[in-house]
Amino acid sequence: MLNQFFVDLGRKAIALMYFVGGLAHLTGQTVYLSFKPPYKYERIVEQAKKAGYDSFPIVALVALFIGFIFALQTAYFMQRIVSEIYIASLVALSIVRELGPVITALVVAGRVGASNTAELGSMQVTEQIDALETLATNPVKYLVVPRFVALSVMLPVLTIFADIIGILGSYFICVVKLGVTSSMYMHVTFTSLLYKDLFTGLFKAWIFGMVIALVSCYEGFNVEGGATGVGKATTRSVVFSFIMVIAADCLFTALFYFILP
Amino acid sequence: MITIKNLSKRFNNNLVLNKLNLQISAGQTCVIIGRSGCGKSVLLKSIIGLLKPDAGEVFVNDKDVAKLGERELNTLRFKVSMVFQGGALFDSMNVAENVGFSLSEHTAISDKELLGRVEESLVLVGLGGIGDLMPSELSGGMKKRVALARAICIRPEIILYDEPTTGIDPITADSINELIRSLHDKLKVTSVVVTHDMKSAYHIADKIAMMYQGKIISEGKPQEIQETKDPVVFQFINGLAKGPITEALGTSK
Repeated sequence: MLNQFFVDLGRKAIALMYFVGGLAHLTGQTVYLSFKPPYKYERIVEQAKKAGYDSFPIVALVALFIGFIFALQTAYFMQRIVSEIYIASLVALSIVRELGPVITALVVAGRVGASNTAELGSMQVTEQIDALETLATNPVKYLVVPRFVALSVMLPVLTIFADIIGILGSYFICVVKLGVTSSMYMHVTFTSLLYKDLFTGLFKAWIFGMVIALVSCYEGFNVEGGATGVGKATTRSVVFSFIMVIAADCLFTALFYFILP
Repeated sequence: MITIKNLSKRFNNNLVLNKLNLQISAGQTCVIIGRSGCGKSVLLKSIIGLLKPDAGEVFVNDKDVAKLGERELNTLRFKVSMVFQGGALFDSMNVAENVGFSLSEHTAISDKELLGRVEESLVLVGLGGIGDLMPSELSGGMKKRVALARAICIRPEIILYDEPTTGIDPITADSINELIRSLHDKLKVTSVVVTHDMKSAYHIADKIAMMYQGKIISEGKPQEIQETKDPVVFQFINGLAKGPITEALGTSK
């Protein structure tokens, strides 16, 4: 019984090392090939549309609800100490520094990351990736680089929109429900936000975009078996992306706390 | 043209290719026969450099495929094409884009020339005028023909076929065999065909090589293979349930 436990633990540790090693290898290849000509802009634009434009409605909706919820939850306490006006600064800072990039990344990981893994996984099981190689085309350059570039550009862009819409959601609750004046809300929001808040949020969004692209493509490339394998890889891709986004968020939040206090 | 020396390849504990040796001359159609899962596709993928051997060498035009850098390997892949078992057509592209993929990606050919080459390749496989269709709109046999058109669009010297007649009806299978034969005659290509369809093998082969337990155990002209005394080859080509192959697996019952 105990023996089996350690055997399973060992297997999981080896699998984790394979994952980390494989992901590091794919990251190196992708970064190198991103800078290596020829550059095929049309594939990047196509992926940017899928990752950015097509994700905008769902990101906007989630950001709006987060703005509503956050304002209402904060109001619960702030009303008790008659400080409703500070909801604006709390919401602005929390959304711009933390919730905007993280919520956007989680939505995109669920929507775009899953789609990347399913698409690449299906290509893997139907030998389309092997076919690409036999047609003298590097699959990482052709399939991963456009997704990597598109997501690393579009996630910060989506985050900017999520920040604005989230703040507008909170604005609506504060102005309509809590009686804060519109000009006061805006004044408090803009005075509490510094450029470094925006920078840290967008920097994290950029990292999250790269993480989602790499994890989803890695899982897609490593699908084994048929449709079941694609399903399992898609689940793994979303779960690992979530974990890695949160872990990266934790790391960079701590880092920025110390280097940009 | 293709020389394989002591090629070995292992997947986990399964030794798929075991010091395999084979020589295929220029212009020859060599059919490799053997049971499903015996490593025939692994052999094809080793020839085109999709798989690296654990030991041994594969020489194509006197170049050791495993030792080629990315650029040289890509140059080689303009001379060697592969037709995959299921076609492996790109779902997101239409037939014309699939067929012209290699030329549009790697050459500065004009759109007009490209369309001409694509149509010419499609006509060669008997599917002229279907460039606008998507792979999902094609039957199994049509997919294999389009895959063949994609393979010949770059005018290769060698074409590797992975089970070209598997999963299609006998009439379509025969037309694919005719196509392989006619492309061989018209384009003067060297062909390596992996199959377990004996009718197809006899129809198209200049040489048949039998793969068993990771090695080529017998090779010769179709007539010689048909008249073989080797019990393993005899069991396989006659499709017998009882014999040395199944006895070795303990499945003759």
